[in-house]
Amino acid sequence: MHVVRLTETMLEQEFSIVNKLGLHARASALLVKTAIRFTSDIKIIREDVEVNGKSIMGIMMLAAAKGSIIRLKVRGDDEAEAMSTLGELIKNGFGED
Amino acid sequence: MALGKINNRIMQGVGASPGIAIGQVRKTDRSRVVVHERVVEKGQVPEEIERFRTAIAKAKEELKSLKKHLGEDKGDEHLYVIDTHLLILEDGMLVKETQGFIENEMINAEAALKKTFRKFQAFFKDIEDDYLRERCVDVEIVVERILRNMVGKPLESLDSGEGQSIIVAHDLSPADVLQINKSKVIGFVTDLGGKTSHSAILARALEVPAVVGLERVTSEIEDDDVLIIDGTTGMVVINPDRDTFQQYLRRKQHYEYLESELLKIKDLPAETIDGHRVVLKGNAEFLEEIPSLKGHGAEGIGLFRTEMLFFNREEPPDEEEQYALYSAVARAMAPQMVTIRTLDVGGDKFIENLNLDDELNPALGLRAIRLSLRQPEIFKPQLRAILRASHQGNVRIFFPMVSGVAEIRTVKTILEEVKTELREEGIPFDEGIKIGIMIEIPSAVIIADLLAKEVDFFSVGTNDLIQYSLAIDRTNEHLSPLYEPLHPAVLRSLKMVVDAAHAAGIDSCICGEMAGESEYLPILLGLGFDELSMNAVSILRVKKILRRCSNSEAQSLVARALEFSTAQEVEQFLKNEIADRFVQSRD
Repeated sequence: MHVVRLTETMLEQEFSIVNKLGLHARASALLVKTAIRFTSDIKIIREDVEVNGKSIMGIMMLAAAKGSIIRLKVRGDDEAEAMSTLGELIKNGFGED
Repeated sequence: MALGKINNRIMQGVGASPGIAIGQVRKTDRSRVVVHERVVEKGQVPEEIERFRTAIAKAKEELKSLKKHLGEDKGDEHLYVIDTHLLILEDGMLVKETQGFIENEMINAEAALKKTFRKFQAFFKDIEDDYLRERCVDVEIVVERILRNMVGKPLESLDSGEGQSIIVAHDLSPADVLQINKSKVIGFVTDLGGKTSHSAILARALEVPAVVGLERVTSEIEDDDVLIIDGTTGMVVINPDRDTFQQYLRRKQHYEYLESELLKIKDLPAETIDGHRVVLKGNAEFLEEIPSLKGHGAEGIGLFRTEMLFFNREEPPDEEEQYALYSAVARAMAPQMVTIRTLDVGGDKFIENLNLDDELNPALGLRAIRLSLRQPEIFKPQLRAILRASHQGNVRIFFPMVSGVAEIRTVKTILEEVKTELREEGIPFDEGIKIGIMIEIPSAVIIADLLAKEVDFFSVGTNDLIQYSLAIDRTNEHLSPLYEPLHPAVLRSLKMVVDAAHAAGIDSCICGEMAGESEYLPILLGLGFDELSMNAVSILRVKKILRRCSNSEAQSLVARALEFSTAQEVEQFLKNEIADRFVQSRD
């Protein structure tokens, strides 16, 4: 059963996808590779779809084209660092062109 | 090489990567594994799961060794494709779903994996974005790799055959092209593909001759057939007769000899024997072309086309998307200069949602700068993106199809507005950014002296200038003999442009096809053009001839060429004059 830990913090923030190709293969790969460095639970939500931020197939299923808004939910010991690292990556367009 | 079967059949495809390859065919099966679903006994379930896991582990090993091998060979810039595939293999979703199907539906591992893929695929088919929808292909490639390992038919390596061969396949993925080992694979041909597919771009970057889009080549060719492929013309000859074989063999040896000779002058300056320097640059429209430009010694990009971003889509690209591309190109070329041309298309080719009326005469219609001025909501974001990119490297901007001074002044006013906006927003750009215009309309030639006061450089688009000057539609086959680059009117126009530019102290460039055709070089040199911009593969050919020319002789050559009355006379004169001097490098 899923336990909702109300007292615990959970970070949540919205980002806009800025790179030209959206969350395509390379960007998805980079996002996953970065996410798996953290122990926190990372979820990514776009419209009604919520996926595991550590699953590349999940991220591809978001079909987040350029300009889409995605929401990151991060919960765990290193959530602050995870959120800022992932946030930077997304804001910088995954270092692409 | 044994010439067994002879039928000398010719197929025409799309030349995707130049060069000639002659060799034996190795067909490689890139088609899908056929999967049959079968029910398994409960006791066999763990065995199926084990088979699945073993196949994944094997696929991982294959990809890791491929990555290691490629990393040593080709650097790691394109290796993310393999990283992506490794992540898919490790993806919990793929493993868990498949295992779930085996356990719950008691089916074989192959069928379970296929079901997982179909479930995933269902999410993808409605995605509107082409790029993202295509990503499903990555998952499919990985799934196929696992399936092959399970049915005991591992994906054969492209390098596995004996000796050298030409790969024949229905289609090759970018990962396939990346793993080509040039000592074993001398070229490839495919049923599918186009000139701008990612695989074609990579083939050019790796300099592997390739012909794509042959439609039925896999069904027309057998293993061990002998094949000639010409990646420049897109021609493929199957089992050539002795004469054809000899002819292509000579052509190939000649081509390779010239290429190797040319590379020797890559780092030598582009200057005449009497020390006159001409800047040789490349034309480009993709980021991926830059390594090839650098490899051929381009001194910058003289024409970066931006149309490609606008084609085949419903909405025009926004500022960020354009900035991403322009700034990447500027960074990749820095410190060398990138000259970016604003959108140069007519309503006929443009994105769908502009709702432009059909034009009776599109060549004289609402196109290029005229369209940009009519659509500030498209023009301004492009200017902002180019200006922002100028902060990331050495960028110039120029405008196509300018016909008069009022027009360029309007453009400059808008450019200044955009600069002011950027300053107010605190967004950096190169305050000294140079601006130029394409000279391609006769009116611009005639008032070149007036236009020269307005801009920092001219760039002549010879294709359109010839078309508009002679009123010849070059795509009309009845008129093609009348399309004469050496027409006295064209030569005089070019001279007026250069003279006006130099009188005003600005640079004159050519970015049309004439710049890359080496037979015109003595003329362009003698006219005094400062800069020639062309396709990457032409740069060294032109440089080689330039290094044998004398600027003073070219000037007297032009003075005499300008005295003739017809294009035929000019052409004959040029042939006689330069045949002796350039005979070795012309063929």
